[in-house]
Amino acid sequence: MRKKMFRGRKYFIEALWEGLLKISGSVTSIIIILIVLFLFSEGLGLFKKDVIEEGYVLAVNKDNPIKDLNSQQIKDVFDVKIESWKELGVDVKDDKIILLRLDDIPNYVPEEEIAEDMSNLDTIINNIIEANPGMIAFVPRDFTQKGFNAKILDLGTINLKEFVTGKEWFPTAHPAAQFGVMPIVLGTLWVSLGAILFALPFGLAVAIYSAELANKRVHKILKPVIELLAGIPSVVYGFFGLIVIVPLIQKAFNLDVGETGLAGSIVLAIMALPTIITIAEDALRSTPRAMKEASLALGANKWQTILKVTIPYSISGITAGVVLGIGRAIGETMAVLMVTGNAAVIPHTLLEPVRTIPATIAAELGEAPKGGAHYEALFILGCILFIITLIINLVVEYISYKNKNKVA
Amino acid sequence: MNRRFITLTLALMLLVVGVNAQKIKGSDSVLPLSQKLAEAYAKSGGRASVTGGGSGVGIAALMDGSTDIAQSSRKMKFGERAKLIAKKKKIEEVVVAYDALAVVVNPNNKVSKLTRQQLEDIFTGKITNWKQVGGDDMRIIVYSRETSSGTYEFFKELVLKNKNYKASVLSMPATGAIIQSIKQTKGAIGYVGLAYLNSEVKTINVSFDEKNFYAPTLENSKNGTYPIVRPLLYYYDINKTKVVNPFKNFVLSAKGQSIVSQVGYIPVK
Repeated sequence: MRKKMFRGRKYFIEALWEGLLKISGSVTSIIIILIVLFLFSEGLGLFKKDVIEEGYVLAVNKDNPIKDLNSQQIKDVFDVKIESWKELGVDVKDDKIILLRLDDIPNYVPEEEIAEDMSNLDTIINNIIEANPGMIAFVPRDFTQKGFNAKILDLGTINLKEFVTGKEWFPTAHPAAQFGVMPIVLGTLWVSLGAILFALPFGLAVAIYSAELANKRVHKILKPVIELLAGIPSVVYGFFGLIVIVPLIQKAFNLDVGETGLAGSIVLAIMALPTIITIAEDALRSTPRAMKEASLALGANKWQTILKVTIPYSISGITAGVVLGIGRAIGETMAVLMVTGNAAVIPHTLLEPVRTIPATIAAELGEAPKGGAHYEALFILGCILFIITLIINLVVEYISYKNKNKVA
Repeated sequence: MNRRFITLTLALMLLVVGVNAQKIKGSDSVLPLSQKLAEAYAKSGGRASVTGGGSGVGIAALMDGSTDIAQSSRKMKFGERAKLIAKKKKIEEVVVAYDALAVVVNPNNKVSKLTRQQLEDIFTGKITNWKQVGGDDMRIIVYSRETSSGTYEFFKELVLKNKNYKASVLSMPATGAIIQSIKQTKGAIGYVGLAYLNSEVKTINVSFDEKNFYAPTLENSKNGTYPIVRPLLYYYDINKTKVVNPFKNFVLSAKGQSIVSQVGYIPVK
């Protein structure tokens, strides 16, 4: 009787443990899902935002036939790269485009004429635009109310196509910010791919050496040193990269500028190495002795055993190490921010400056006003990063699954 | 009874302190200065709490009354002034310091002076080789700060006349990184605050009138001949003059201004 009670209590404690584990498991998954949902819900607001800066309008003379401008055209017009209306495909009496920003108003009207409370600004802006047929004005919506009969352009909202295929990233440009993510996404992929190409062969080689070939003394030194590498803060790697690797690359390839995707790849590869090595090595070591000995007993030599028995047996552990290493490389911020130059242009080789997604988010989120288009664009970049890592994880997962089946 | 008395006094003291604490918010460029000033102010018995967020954030906070002083590294924009007028608020402006930006190049570069127009063309991508401005045949590598930086905006407004930088500009996260990169890149050009200058980079004399070139020195910035200078400002509501005055007077005092020089900015007096 007493024994039974005791057993009952034991069952109860076990059930409690089981319940606790279940709860913590589900809480973690729910939180992860919530974070992803949060990312997307913050980001998707971008496509409801106007092309033009919030609270402002673009106005032209009412005889101007122009109907639509995309954000690229607006930027070129205000950067004086497009100087005539003909380039935009319309005929205007004065073909030359004249820009009007609020700060230019004193050039047209003496300051005394502007009322102190700015109540007559609507009329003043209106008159200036009316007097200049070729003018395009970038003014606050509040000053286009009473007696304003210049044509206000309806420019619509930021569209997905321009976002995905846009080649320029000027998130703080006035009057129309440019959110072209192509250079940034490509930059991220280039740098990560480079990092994997460096880290994978090196990492696997070191792991195999350390697990199978190194004698005990070498292993005893090697392992802690590699683990120490993982403990170095990323900003230190970044600084090291900027001062050592960047000038080295500049000299080696005789480049104008050393801050390149290649510098980023090398720094990231160094950073990903400890993860790949430790996990892959542990996986290799987990191969049962009996299997290896069986292989040797059948007459296979050391290399054949490693290639045909040890690696296939531990492939899923090795893949896990690779995935974690790549994950670190793609999401790494600080080190990349310091060595890649962060120029948002589409890279054609690894020897050009690139800008990556994490670096962009880290550098810009601090000053992006909450809820604004820039803020939301950065969140979408976060979503893209998430999707990229997800795809890589799935692919690797699939490959290791296939391999495992083959071995079995 | 006794305990209640103590709690009450404590609460009252907290309240008094709370009322006296100046809230300062805004520009990250002014932040280190305001922090140092607030520390020194605390030693003389006052209290001020300083937070960053950017010039625009500070001015927005001033509009809704959630800060006493807005620190800003640029003059209030026309649109911001218009909004304040709409809210019937009168705002006072105090210049607490000046900050000069120096244009710097690699020490081996032969070029030593540039006009504003040349700078604009270099930073917007019309001029791409140093031989176009009298230097060696060498590609120009443009370094800039990140878009979030107030310095980026200031340089764009004053030197580039509101045009955008070219897309291939290399943007660096900090001024120290710009100096480091310019030191090791032959064709580099960039801009840094006067306080960060050292012998590892070469400064460029700048002209805005195409005739007179001025070196970025403390003296030239003080006497107004060097053109790339921005004021660092405090804005506050006229109704709050009484609350703000003790701190403002401290900042403009000899001691306050000596802190300004320590931080690396140019004092107003």
